[in-house]
Amino acid sequence: MIYRESGQFKKTYHADQAILPLRQDQIFVLGAILFAFLVVPFVASNYAMNSLLLPFLIYSLAAIGLNLLVGYCGQISLGTGGFMAVGAFAAWNLALRTELPMPVIFILAGLITAGTGVLFGLPALRIKGFYLAVTTLAAQFFLIWLLQRPWFNNYSPTGVISAPSINMFGWQVDSVTDRYYLALIILVIMALLAKNIVRSSTGRKWMAIRDMDVAAEIIGIRPMATKLKAFAVSSFFIGIAGILWAFLYLGQLEAEAFNIYTSFDVLFMIIIGGLGSILGCFLGAAFVVLVPIFLNVVPSWLGLPLGTAMISYIEIFIFGSLIIFFLIVEPHGMARLWSIIKQKLRLWPFPY
Amino acid sequence: MTTPILKKAAFIGLGAVIGLGSIFAAKAQAEEQYLPSLVYRTGPFAPSGIGFADGFADYVTLINERDGGINGVKIRLEECETAYSNDRGVECYERLKDRGNGATVVAPLSTGITYAVIPRSRRDGIVVSTMGYGRADAAYGPVLDNVFMVPTTYWSSMTATLQYIADQEGGWENLQGKDIVHAYHDSAYGREPLGVLRHYAEEYGFTLHEMAISPPGVEQRSVWTQIRRIQPDWVSLYGWGVMNPTAIRTAASMGIDVSRMIGGIYAAQDDAVEPAGRSAVGYKAVTFHGPGADYPIYDDLKQYVYDRGLAAGDGDLSGTIAYNRGLINAGYIVEAWRQAQAEHGEGRPVTREETLWAWQQLTIPESRTEELGMGGLMPPVEVTCENHEGPGLVLIQQWNGESWEQVTDWLEPNRELVEGMYKASAERYAQEEGIEPRSCD
Amino acid sequence: MAFFIEVLVGGLLAGIMYSLVALGFVLIFKASGVFNFAQAAMVLFAAMFIAGMYGDWGVPFWIAIPATIVLMIGVAWGIERVVLRPLVNQEPIIMFMSTIGIFFALIGIAEIFWGSRSRTLDVGIPSDPIFVGDMLFQMYDLITAGIVAVLVVLLVIFSQKTRMGRVLRAVADDHQAAQSVGIKLNTVWVVVWSISGVVAVVAGIVWGGALGVQPVMVDVAFKALPVLLLGGLTSIPGAIIAGLIIGAGEALAEVYLGPIIGGGIDNWFAYIIAMAFMVWRPEGLFGEKIIERI
Repeated sequence: MIYRESGQFKKTYHADQAILPLRQDQIFVLGAILFAFLVVPFVASNYAMNSLLLPFLIYSLAAIGLNLLVGYCGQISLGTGGFMAVGAFAAWNLALRTELPMPVIFILAGLITAGTGVLFGLPALRIKGFYLAVTTLAAQFFLIWLLQRPWFNNYSPTGVISAPSINMFGWQVDSVTDRYYLALIILVIMALLAKNIVRSSTGRKWMAIRDMDVAAEIIGIRPMATKLKAFAVSSFFIGIAGILWAFLYLGQLEAEAFNIYTSFDVLFMIIIGGLGSILGCFLGAAFVVLVPIFLNVVPSWLGLPLGTAMISYIEIFIFGSLIIFFLIVEPHGMARLWSIIKQKLRLWPFPY
Repeated sequence: MTTPILKKAAFIGLGAVIGLGSIFAAKAQAEEQYLPSLVYRTGPFAPSGIGFADGFADYVTLINERDGGINGVKIRLEECETAYSNDRGVECYERLKDRGNGATVVAPLSTGITYAVIPRSRRDGIVVSTMGYGRADAAYGPVLDNVFMVPTTYWSSMTATLQYIADQEGGWENLQGKDIVHAYHDSAYGREPLGVLRHYAEEYGFTLHEMAISPPGVEQRSVWTQIRRIQPDWVSLYGWGVMNPTAIRTAASMGIDVSRMIGGIYAAQDDAVEPAGRSAVGYKAVTFHGPGADYPIYDDLKQYVYDRGLAAGDGDLSGTIAYNRGLINAGYIVEAWRQAQAEHGEGRPVTREETLWAWQQLTIPESRTEELGMGGLMPPVEVTCENHEGPGLVLIQQWNGESWEQVTDWLEPNRELVEGMYKASAERYAQEEGIEPRSCD
Repeated sequence: MAFFIEVLVGGLLAGIMYSLVALGFVLIFKASGVFNFAQAAMVLFAAMFIAGMYGDWGVPFWIAIPATIVLMIGVAWGIERVVLRPLVNQEPIIMFMSTIGIFFALIGIAEIFWGSRSRTLDVGIPSDPIFVGDMLFQMYDLITAGIVAVLVVLLVIFSQKTRMGRVLRAVADDHQAAQSVGIKLNTVWVVVWSISGVVAVVAGIVWGGALGVQPVMVDVAFKALPVLLLGGLTSIPGAIIAGLIIGAGEALAEVYLGPIIGGGIDNWFAYIIAMAFMVWRPEGLFGEKIIERI
């Protein structure tokens, strides 16, 4: 009833290839974007904007980047934290050492991360599966080590450095609302870009490689170019997310902070959200960002007399259990649940 | 078929509830002074975080129980767990800063969190108190007017450590030709005292060997094999977390004399020596407060806090180094509030401006530390507009297998050297950030 | 030369400690194809229970250690029941993520019981230095190496000489064929997770003795992963030999290469060795050759 495509006829190929063929989907996505732009900044508290929405948006971007690689091209990577750090440090050094405008710095830093991604993607030509996952840890540990060399933080005595202020086309990004808008704009643009990449011939080649690389090679897809392209594009997204994380959210950079657990967090997001789904990235990011905070504050709402430490232990335990629980309930992620619900809504309330 | 779908929909509903859950705010109680406490009772560095958090909370409980607060103003302490991670730290800061009648001072307890909090705190007008960690150059007051390094910094404590070494060798001139190893956590934290060390190596003609240990430092055989070959006269250890006990244990097993090893201020806690067992006996470290529990304040703590069952955590960490650090950090915060009340009106919670004023002139002479029952525990301080660190007093302590023993009196750092370094570094920072240093005249 | 040998031997002995953790990974991967990230959490879990029972409850080691072994078998049974059974036949990456879930859950449980303070765990392994000429070796390391040797011999005897061992090997060879001759996969999984639980107990005692028992112990996993990779995911001798190679390589690199490029390199050096090796031989030293067909 509510969600039905009957009556929506596609009269041209162009209409049939639209990014969201169904009117309901179009309305929903447009509505969500408008809501995020026009309503959220006016109703959300300062705290929510700063500590919940901003990390959510930035992690969503990182998750999209990783999902392109893992969900669409089938190459598992545990180096996300390292690539985020590369993006952030590249941008910081470009801002420090050159006079380039901020948008150019963002793109250049993204490209530098893409190059690094290609470099560490090279073993993927020979190595697959878990062997590859563990080799990407080489990227994680090596890059963090490298970025701790004093040159990269301009010989800062503490190694922690403050992010520069951001000026985008004359727009001084300063207040929380500004930072929220900048992250949102970048996220919307890049999410649309990602959605289109996976619908293009590049995305289809990735999926062919993911589903069976030997077969893909036989039908004329060059595995080397395709896999490396996936590493490059994915790293570009992750690099931009790293810049936003350091510049917009934390306001500081520290190589050690982009540790292996950052990589795991982003991987969680795409698995819980749904491999091979852009929507899933948002759901997964929301889960990983919000659930620990929620678990942390809930005992005080309920007035439970638990110490901070005990709350944290329980939080760790419940977070772990929830991951297992979600995997058991729906191994294909929350995005899959969403599509099941859509199927149901098509027929509802007359399922027979 | 429909039931599992409903179940699954319920989980999505759960997600939505979580999303909405943030809009809560605690009810303000006007007559209480609110104190946020960013702690790390979990995570990789929990062993040092727990003691600090307990000491911090117990001191506040003591003030509330024994004195009924500061001139009748009770302190409401709220903890938030950061697990030593920057993003959780920022979230905690944002969550707590407007609770109660507003946070006026915060101790971030991690250099990374401090960096993230400094720009925010400047916007919010909240005082940042960082004991030893954080930006050493914040000790130069004119640039960051709301950040305080009371009572010392890595740089100050390293100059005092070298003073101690020189005293042991019978004078600075005897350092000529000696070998001093700096074994450090391969991160900026470990490299921080290198500037001071290199300066002294040049001035007094000893050879400085810089040995990096990669974090977390669970395996250090090859590093200490190299150090053993150097046959060093002194070893300075700047480890963190599990690196410290592993270093001490490995060094001792290689036959390096641990009584000629001097830990930095974060290689001075109990979690550095206890897991190392017998090998740590004789190990020395520099710290900025008295060790042990032999101070009058502990009698009060026992009477008003422990015996009433109000001790934070498991209540078994009193007298440890981390616990004493929590005590004195809370002590400085409470004294600053007391001075703010004395100036701006007693018997009501003070505002952020008043707290900032109090910290900018915070003066606690030796006599006052004795009145507080913390003579010898808490180093006296005197903050001025230019000096946000105070005299930077430290002392050397030694582990006897059971407890830390104080082996020196308060040592004075080389103020001339470190103040020049603070000023140069802070001015560079001010230039990068576009901050106009205020005038102190 | 003496210095070189000292570094080399130190590295080899450190490598044995890595192998001990890698062994647990191999056992599980071989029998169930699950890349068990939670192995490190099992090590911490076991060490915390032993140290906690000894320290807080005053239970002597000769009770605490068997009790922990029983507990690990219970954990294995629980994991099979709650996690593996519902997820059977899922893609490997899903299984891998579920073990990360187990990782957090186990750490959470251990901390709920024992908190996250550091504890000492000294079961009485002597740690005196031994001098051979000018060279210095550690008693602790030699004894550890001995323990690992005994453990490996026991595992070999178990897998070659006992009925259960043969069953395990059958399952490792071919799940479906094993099932069709009447082997119960569920039982096999419980057994194999229990065995790696016991390996985790041994690793927990050895590592806990060296580092103290504290949450950061799980980072030992990141030392074990390149060992696992180099040895091949399915080979027990591979894990031991790779451990020796990585340990020695790391130590020599730290001493002879570290000063040139800035020190502190042993976090990633092992990964680079493993990665370089993998490009040449993607299945590791002793891994099974992967044959792909369409």
